[in-house]
Amino acid sequence: MLALVFGTGAAGAQTTPPARVVSMNLCTDQLALMLAAPGQLVSGSYLAHDGVVAPLRDAARSLPANRGLAEEIYLLQPDLVLAGRYSTVATVAMLQRLGVPVIRFEPEYSLDDIEDALAQMGTALGRETEAEALIADFRDDRARLAAYQAQVRAGTEVPRAVLYSARGWTGGSNTLSGDILRAAGLRNLADEMGFEWGGMVALETLLMADPDRLILGQPARNPEGWSEARALLHHPALRHSRAFRAGVAANDRDWVCGTPFVLDAVARLIDETTP
Amino acid sequence: MSRLLVPALLTLVVLLFVASLLIGPAAVPVADSLSALIRGDGGPMTLVMRELRLPRAVLATAIGAGLGLSGAVMQGYLRNPLAEPGLLGVSGAAALGAVLALQTGLAAAMALALPLAGLGGAFAAVLVLALLAGPAGGALTLILAGIGVSALAGAGLALVLNLSPDPFAAQEIVFWLMGSLADRSWSHVALALPFVVLGCALLLTQARALSALTLGEDAAASMGVSLGRLRGVVLLGTAAVVGGATAVAGSIGFIGLMVPHMLRRATHGDPARLLPVSALGGAAMLLAADIAVRLILPGRDLKLGVLLAILGAPFFLLLILRTRFAQNA
Repeated sequence: MLALVFGTGAAGAQTTPPARVVSMNLCTDQLALMLAAPGQLVSGSYLAHDGVVAPLRDAARSLPANRGLAEEIYLLQPDLVLAGRYSTVATVAMLQRLGVPVIRFEPEYSLDDIEDALAQMGTALGRETEAEALIADFRDDRARLAAYQAQVRAGTEVPRAVLYSARGWTGGSNTLSGDILRAAGLRNLADEMGFEWGGMVALETLLMADPDRLILGQPARNPEGWSEARALLHHPALRHSRAFRAGVAANDRDWVCGTPFVLDAVARLIDETTP
Repeated sequence: MSRLLVPALLTLVVLLFVASLLIGPAAVPVADSLSALIRGDGGPMTLVMRELRLPRAVLATAIGAGLGLSGAVMQGYLRNPLAEPGLLGVSGAAALGAVLALQTGLAAAMALALPLAGLGGAFAAVLVLALLAGPAGGALTLILAGIGVSALAGAGLALVLNLSPDPFAAQEIVFWLMGSLADRSWSHVALALPFVVLGCALLLTQARALSALTLGEDAAASMGVSLGRLRGVVLLGTAAVVGGATAVAGSIGFIGLMVPHMLRRATHGDPARLLPVSALGGAAMLLAADIAVRLILPGRDLKLGVLLAILGAPFFLLLILRTRFAQNA
């Protein structure tokens, strides 16, 4: 009898979902917050406290934050750590040496990748059913959005749009941002400038491409300090351009991570780029 | 030869100014660029010419002139060939002032706070240098004081930018320490130009006094030069030029070191004549450097300080060598 209990216990260890999960990446924070069972996620990254999309912010703030240091994560005694592909390599290596299981998530480069990420997170947390439901909802929302986009753009010329963020970063069609533009029915000028994967565009090059629409990153704001990188988005030459006067769309925190909330960004972008 | 110097330098500045307007990532035929600039058809080329390239060229001219002039003045006043605002930490201190104004939100509340904070930083640094290694101090004292001021300003800059909640701020230590004119606008010109022009005007009034000072302090005083006034005007003028320039373009070094040296022989070492030509030479050098950074790495925003240090640092070492030989001889 005793042997049986121990036996099932040991066999069950493989399939028992992890009970103490720590996420150290802003995007795995969001996926985990959406899918984890109550109490399963014990800590999220410090970025999540103000960096995640509004619907998840309260949930993120109720968790203690970590700054992604091996020591603090180890002391949380997690049985699973969620990290991004580009999370601190040294930290992840150290955690693995200490015997903590770490799952790394690839960044999402398209809306399709979001389905894969949800499925991967579902498996990692032992919440496959919840993940499947979320993926089904995501597909429905996508289809509805595609129909809405087709209806809005019907009979009009496709606007030529370009993303412009701090330091002049723009995203091409091989990036998640590029896929958001595509889903919103916009032609991405970044591709024509040779930035399929994104890159830094000189303001002069951007102006000469003469886009119809601008999608600007968050500009410099007082409480967030100051950087020349974001001050670039206040440049008078940009503000006097034809595209700016046509009305700009915002590239905000909904765009950062590959989660179903990206569809909110697509919906907003469609409305913001319709005359 | 020296009679032709001013017209030659003026021509050079004008040519480089026009070249600066014609060079950029968007390769557009010369005639089209100029007609877009002058006529203004409302198209994107007009926007690029009028709002990107023109303010950039204007800033390069004004800041170059200011730095060339303040280098010549500092060398004349400290009677030391190694004096230069960038090298001695004056620009670094000005950058620290400007960054503080930006990060505390002071510059957002009042636009003038930015150049004024730059001026404050520069003034403090020049004051420290003048007190530690004024006309009586030797080259060694001056350089050591400069190292101290530079180190302190650089550390302060790194600290403030690292503490900034803006994630991009910390990466901009390079901009503040190396300087750049990329993507500057008319609002930057409006902030910097009055300070640079005012500072230059102040410094030029002291040309005669600096000439007299070459004969020594006592001789200068007996010729009616008020040393206290000279010091005050030199401090304030240099601070205004360097503070205004650095607040919008970061610290641009070595121009104030190289230009006066290149022109000193042609002006027979007379500060009264060296000052105006150093301004012209500085303008030409900064315009040329700003053209070069755009040609070497187009669209990548190579910092001006990188290029100027590659040219200027060997020049500085050569000067040290020459100073040593002069002492040994």
